[in-house]
Amino acid sequence: MSLLTPNPGLIFWMLVVFLLVVFILAKFAWKPILKGLKDRENEIQGALDLAEKTRAEMAQLKSDNEKLIAEANAIRDQILRDAKDASDRTIAESKDKAAVEAQKIIESARETIRNEQAVAVSKIKREVATLSLEIAEKVLHRELADKASQEKLIADLASSARLN
Amino acid sequence: MYTHLRRFFTIALVAATCLFNLPARADEPTQHDTDKVAQAVNEEEHKIEHKLEEHEAKFNIGEMIMHHIADSHEWEFSHGVSIPLPVILYSADRGIEVFSASKFHNEHHEYNGYHLVHGDSEQIVPVDESRKVYDFSITKNVASMLLSALILILVFTSIAGWYKNSKGKAPKGFNSAMEVIILFIRDEVVKPNVGPKYEKYLPYLLTLFFFILINNIMGLLPGSANLTGNIAVTLTLAVLTFIIVHLNANGNYYKHLLSPPGVPAPLLLIMIPVEIVGVFMKPFSLMVRLFANITAGHIILLSLFGLIFIFQSIVIAPVISLFALFLNFIEIMVAFIQAFIFTLLSSMYIGSAIEEHGHADHGH
Repeated sequence: MSLLTPNPGLIFWMLVVFLLVVFILAKFAWKPILKGLKDRENEIQGALDLAEKTRAEMAQLKSDNEKLIAEANAIRDQILRDAKDASDRTIAESKDKAAVEAQKIIESARETIRNEQAVAVSKIKREVATLSLEIAEKVLHRELADKASQEKLIADLASSARLN
Repeated sequence: MYTHLRRFFTIALVAATCLFNLPARADEPTQHDTDKVAQAVNEEEHKIEHKLEEHEAKFNIGEMIMHHIADSHEWEFSHGVSIPLPVILYSADRGIEVFSASKFHNEHHEYNGYHLVHGDSEQIVPVDESRKVYDFSITKNVASMLLSALILILVFTSIAGWYKNSKGKAPKGFNSAMEVIILFIRDEVVKPNVGPKYEKYLPYLLTLFFFILINNIMGLLPGSANLTGNIAVTLTLAVLTFIIVHLNANGNYYKHLLSPPGVPAPLLLIMIPVEIVGVFMKPFSLMVRLFANITAGHIILLSLFGLIFIFQSIVIAPVISLFALFLNFIEIMVAFIQAFIFTLLSSMYIGSAIEEHGHADHGH
């Protein structure tokens, strides 16, 4: 039964040695080891967190960029549309203006033509009167020389006058 | 148990001897009359008995096993090759006495009024029986413990040095191996069982695990001491856990002890003693579990080796050696498992005592 009776001397040494081992290891081994392990875990966790954050930031940046591009596209479209409108308007305006001008020119040309016509008609009237007078004068002159030829002349003149 | 072993081996021996003699008996002519047969049988029996006596004188397996399991004042590596260890005695009249155990190497195993008694285990008793002497000798177990303590301190302080010097580097080699075990103890054993305040108990529990582990494994080496299979050692460890549990236990734990919730008043008469017995059963089971497992493993291994010496047969020896090899592997596994279980149960006891909103762990 000596197997089952604890030896006091061994208990004493066991207590002393084991407690010493516990204290020495706790101070010089477990503390730095556990600290090192914890530090490393924190480091890894930190790195993972940072990666996650960076990824989120990247996603944010990407969506921002897309938004910016979309905005820029919208603005460009707007500008193009505005420009087109403006040019269309200008073209239409100038067309109208040109038409009006042309109308005006035509009007003034017609006016001029009418005036010229009137002038020409009055001039012709005056010429006709002068011619008639001259013809009358010449007829009068011939009447003096030959009666027959005079009559013939008159007939000729009259026919030629009618042609006019 | 010792006498049982002895009887078992005697029977085994008789059976084996009968078997070995069978062919010889088969050669005998069958026409002999019954008297002669009876005489022959008697002769055979006599021979067997004689052989048995011879064996008993030569080799006593029970003694051999006890000698190997028990503590000693000398570290014997093999028969005759031993290192004498210092004997330290304290007695009220003579104070502290220190001398080498080799001083007992004389006919009467006697020195300076002390007598070294070889029983199941060694004991130093004063020749004058009225004197009371306390034996604090550096026995084989103590020496082995000191050696293991030294190894533990050297190994783990060097690992700790690595953590200090190479911050932020990946662990390598032996460090990673130890790290795996340390992390396993921290994350799988201590953290879930002790609870959020686990860091306070981690150094003790880690030391406990590695101390038991290294001594279990050292105990398997040939010529080594059977430290964790010594009840004084397991008793000390169990008592330390018990003290830690009860120094740190919160009010909840003690309240639970004296008035278990949900138990009707009449039953308390039974429950309170049961709870109090349970308190002491926990460290007791810790003590016995480690002691019994390691000692049983040693006894089985030593019995197997003893069989070789009993049979002294070239046929049986390799078979037994193979079986012993197999058992040795199992013992290595047991070394890890027992260290793990001791740590696990210690963590559970601590955890159940410091739990805040408590359903203390029953049934361990």
